[in-house]
Amino acid sequence: MLYTIRNKQQQYKTQNSKKTPMKKIILSLLVILLSTSAIIAQETIPAPTVDSGDTAWMIVASALVLFMSIPGLALFYGGLVRRKNVLSVFAQIFILVAVISIEWVVIGYSNAFGSSSIEWLKPYFGGFDWAFLNNINISDLSPAFISHSQPTPEGGTIGTVPHLIFIIFQGMFAVITPALIVGAFAERIKFKGFLIFSLLWALFIYNPVAHWVWSADGWLFNLGALDFAGGTVVHINAGIAALVTAIMLGKRRDYKGHAIPPHNITYVAMGTAMLWIGWFGFNAGSGLAADGLAANAFLVTNLAAATAALTWALLDWFIDKRPTLVGISTGAVAGLVAITPAAGFVGVGGALIIGIAVSVICFIMVAYVKPKLGYDDSLDAFGVHGIGGIIGAILTGVLATPAIQASYSGALYGNLNQLWIQLIATVATMVFSGVGTYILFKITDLTVGVRVTDKQEATGLDETQHGETAYTNFD
Amino acid sequence: MKKIEAVIRKSKFEDVKQALYDVDIDWFSYWDITGLGKSTEEQVVRGQVFKSGYIQRRMISIVIRDVNLEKTINAILDSAWTGETGDGKIFVYDIEETYRIRTREKGPGALYNQE
Repeated sequence: MLYTIRNKQQQYKTQNSKKTPMKKIILSLLVILLSTSAIIAQETIPAPTVDSGDTAWMIVASALVLFMSIPGLALFYGGLVRRKNVLSVFAQIFILVAVISIEWVVIGYSNAFGSSSIEWLKPYFGGFDWAFLNNINISDLSPAFISHSQPTPEGGTIGTVPHLIFIIFQGMFAVITPALIVGAFAERIKFKGFLIFSLLWALFIYNPVAHWVWSADGWLFNLGALDFAGGTVVHINAGIAALVTAIMLGKRRDYKGHAIPPHNITYVAMGTAMLWIGWFGFNAGSGLAADGLAANAFLVTNLAAATAALTWALLDWFIDKRPTLVGISTGAVAGLVAITPAAGFVGVGGALIIGIAVSVICFIMVAYVKPKLGYDDSLDAFGVHGIGGIIGAILTGVLATPAIQASYSGALYGNLNQLWIQLIATVATMVFSGVGTYILFKITDLTVGVRVTDKQEATGLDETQHGETAYTNFD
Repeated sequence: MKKIEAVIRKSKFEDVKQALYDVDIDWFSYWDITGLGKSTEEQVVRGQVFKSGYIQRRMISIVIRDVNLEKTINAILDSAWTGETGDGKIFVYDIEETYRIRTREKGPGALYNQE
């Protein structure tokens, strides 16, 4: 038994680590031949191996994150628009899954997680070494890890899951982030303009910000910014882009300062359920291992969503007399957004506080502040994702407890500096995303145009952009 | 023969249906309709309270013999009434001819079951 295990490790070593000196290989082979007890085995450094438990979980988690985009987010947004625009929202999100999946392996992963050869650029940009996943082999282990790692014979530390699964997991994050912005310009954007803008945004905004926060070279990472599963990279980033595009694109032709009633609230609730489930992959997968930290992330994710959904329902009930399903769904999503950066750092108490806080603040934002400001963020991509992300990022700096990860604590546990770092990361992301989105959206507007004509908007994007209708009067 | 089209409140549909059964009108068509008007109905979406302007009502369509006209009208008038603005309207049309497809009989006799 022992022999077979070591033998496998040895195969791995001989096949894959070319850097290992020949002498070492021969020595190791001798060790295998001679070894009859476990004592000898302890003397050698075992070659790093894939942890099948961690890997199995990461494969499932990656699929769950895709499930958030399609059909989760597509149903959530699709139900909120009018019936004449439901297919346009589905089409936009589905095409993003296709386009960004390709962009990610072609250049995105390298830009976000690679290491630039230009020294001064390293903290801001990942370079092109991994373009087309060049130089990445099937047997490579993930260079990124959170809680579960192993030593390498070269003296470093490496993750326990294949590099490829880390790439696809992160790829699913890259897909859903631009998809979130769809909520801001829904019902009035030209498909061609949308597609070009989204691709530019993924290339020039998402990839750099992911590099800043999650890459070992990133300047916010090295500053100590805490973002477990994407509060800044995904939600603040997309939320601010949503606000900017909503303002630049202008109001819908029949927007009268209040929400236009959703056409299918069952879709909204189903989409919310799929987002809720998918978020377990999003958050509990972000530890890149199947361990206690993942369990905690799962637990607090569910708790924050539940608390936020209940809080919004109660606000609806007390202020507007009835608990609405759209409200419960919106609350749940707000809770999920806010717990995202905190999932690996806070406990049950923190999750409850985050859940209540995000629902109350997002409710005020969407119900009172937005109508006063007068911009038309069709489906509240900013009001829920932007605001929820900001609250989550800041509260992570307050509520992070050493009970979850011993080396990270927030202001509540005596580390006031963490709150300061979280503020810097939040503001930096907001500024970069805001300015960058403005420039990219302007370029798109000046080249291919971003807004459909008034008549097309009145007829609906389904028919004018795609030549299809979701609901007919015939069977 | 007459055709009655009545626009009524959705909340009154069950009452109207029962009242029609009580006067032996046991078949009719109905569908949900949306209209525009000076509605005061409030709608709440994500905490925003607003007057939608859309009016949700139900339309009932009945074809009856002249002899049943008065009791049918009265049944609807009584059962659909709340006294508030927006109780709806009843429209009465003349029907030129009726055919029963199965037997090819025509006229008022095609409108009820003689067996």
